[in-house]
Amino acid sequence: MKTIAIKVLTFTGMRWGVPFIKLFSGEEAKTQLKEIGQTVGIPLAAIVTFLFLWSVTASQIETSLGAVPGPIQVAEQAKSLWIEHVEERAKADAFYERQEIRNAAKLAKNPAATVKIIDYTGKPTYWDQIITSLKTVFMGFVIASLIALPIGVLCGLSKNAMQAMSPIIQVFKPVSPLAWLPIVTMIVSAVYVTNDGFFEKSFIISAITVSLCSLWATLINTSLGVSSVNKDYINVARVLQLSPMKKTFKIVLPATLPLIFTGLRISLGVGWMVLIAAEMLAQNPGLGKFVWDEFQNGSSNSLARIMVAVFTVGIIGFFLDRIMVALQKAVSFDKGAVVA
Amino acid sequence: MAFLELNNVSKGYGEGKNRTEVLRNINLHINEGEFVAIVGFTGSGKTTLVSLINGLLMPDQGEVLFKGEPITGPGHERGVIFQNYSLLPWFTVFQNVVLAVDEVFPHMSKADKEQHVKKYVEMVNLTPALEKRPAELSGGMRQRVAVARALAMNPEMLIMDEPLSALDALTRGTLQEEIIKIWDENKRTALLITNDVDEGILMADRIIPLNPGPNATLGPEFEINIERPRDKTALNSNDDFKKTRNEIIEYLMDIGTEAKTKKINNYTLPDLKPIMPGKIFKKRTEKDRLKYF
Ligand SMILES: Nc1ncnc2c1ncn2[C@@H]1O[C@H](COP(=O)(O)OP(=O)(O)OP(=O)(O)O)[C@@H](O)[C@H]1O
Ligand SMILES: [Mg+2]
Repeated sequence: MKTIAIKVLTFTGMRWGVPFIKLFSGEEAKTQLKEIGQTVGIPLAAIVTFLFLWSVTASQIETSLGAVPGPIQVAEQAKSLWIEHVEERAKADAFYERQEIRNAAKLAKNPAATVKIIDYTGKPTYWDQIITSLKTVFMGFVIASLIALPIGVLCGLSKNAMQAMSPIIQVFKPVSPLAWLPIVTMIVSAVYVTNDGFFEKSFIISAITVSLCSLWATLINTSLGVSSVNKDYINVARVLQLSPMKKTFKIVLPATLPLIFTGLRISLGVGWMVLIAAEMLAQNPGLGKFVWDEFQNGSSNSLARIMVAVFTVGIIGFFLDRIMVALQKAVSFDKGAVVA
Repeated sequence: MAFLELNNVSKGYGEGKNRTEVLRNINLHINEGEFVAIVGFTGSGKTTLVSLINGLLMPDQGEVLFKGEPITGPGHERGVIFQNYSLLPWFTVFQNVVLAVDEVFPHMSKADKEQHVKKYVEMVNLTPALEKRPAELSGGMRQRVAVARALAMNPEMLIMDEPLSALDALTRGTLQEEIIKIWDENKRTALLITNDVDEGILMADRIIPLNPGPNATLGPEFEINIERPRDKTALNSNDDFKKTRNEIIEYLMDIGTEAKTKKINNYTLPDLKPIMPGKIFKKRTEKDRLKYF
């Protein structure tokens, strides 16, 4: 149990949790406390200082929406967003319950009657918006990977392919999501004309914009990885006369996986970062739209709510990164090389 | 016709200004069943020579023939032990060896393959590490895996590039005996690259020095006529052994200092009067004298 917990923490790059586990399992208290002081105490002190400075300076600045909110107001808004979510869910449940009763009654009267099931159309809660954002970034990430991995492998294998792709990569890599969005919007609107498609149009637009910004890291890392497979490994493949298939799957890919995952990790990070901007403009019902709506709304709580979104984005981004680190470590033959 | 023949082989790397000529005019004939050792200084081109024979490199000039046929690439009949082990770090010891066995014996049953791999892993005393990855092994253990991988391929000719250099004396001795045993039992042909003259004398029928590069050529060959099986401890008091050993070492020292002299004379020295050590002073030619004074 203890070793498993320690392994999980180490694997996800959250080593600071380890001394706690050791402490609770009764290992020498003094060393563990000292380590806790170092790995947890110092960051904690920094956070407290940050919150203090924030609350002091925030109250000094008056905006058109009132004073800049401090940590307490933000925490309050986080709580109220959660309460709104719970209430909205209760409402939805009540709606469906009523509908069911109504339909049952209808059927009881006349068994041949057709009953309609109507979806509840309340506004999405903060929680729904987080889920939408996660779905969008995941979709964008999958699209980006599907494009970047094969092209990356190709570029890594063939110098000519690399030469061909290089200028395109160099030019498009630094482009901001804000520039892609109008183009993607126009193209998607022209191509994806159905109104009752499986995906919302705004969802697709955001996802594609995310992929356009995030695919480069995977592409570059994959091609670098494939082209720089240790010569010794290639020599082994040659001396053993491995078939091209075997060479790819037993030598080249295992040797490249760590770099591919480094690329994927960067891609996911970039994707999550640009997502907010993309959703804001595409009006995809995710965190970006939440921020935009609050900004337009301009109530006295708006700034605090936007700050809740900022923290949400940061914390989710952090966890996404941890997941990628764990995956990266799982596939790396050289476990120590992964930088958390 | 020799089993392996190198005729007037030259090999260099790079183009134009970056060109380095490594080997020049190499002539080497190895007969079937023979055990030949090549000794040479570091950087003289031993690995280059090995790569020409295992088919990873093609000669710039001359020809490399295996059983009379020119070598066009690597082949299973020539097993290689690489100098840098070249194990695949994502595979365990077992997987590293079985990868080779899979290729060489595609029709062997799975159980037989496993048996086969385990036999050779046991031979290099690595059975406890069968499921370990290279990163968890010491340098010497890795080298032993590389030895097991090459031996498990059952090649007609075994090409070994300093296979035992990272091992402690004890393991080294055991593996020397193992390699000789395998070579002797199956009447293989073997080429051993080594920097250890004693190892060469213990194992080989012939020792050939590789002169220092660039443009390294092979030196005169030394026949080792000591009766087999050779016993490492008994060798030390064997007169034949001592004599051959001294001859080879003397030769190596001579070509070594010669190479150093050549190198020193190649430097463009600043406009100062260099104080040269005596031996080099003696060897300087008339032309050099003009350069310095
Ligand atoms: N791929 C290469 N490209 C360019 N030069 C090379 C290459 N491989 C080797 N050389 C050069 O050729 C020379 C001989 O190298 P080689 O590896 O054959 O030496 P070696 O005798 O095996 O040395 P060591 O005892 O250190 O293994 C060296 O000067 C080296 O710098
Ligand atoms: Mg070498």
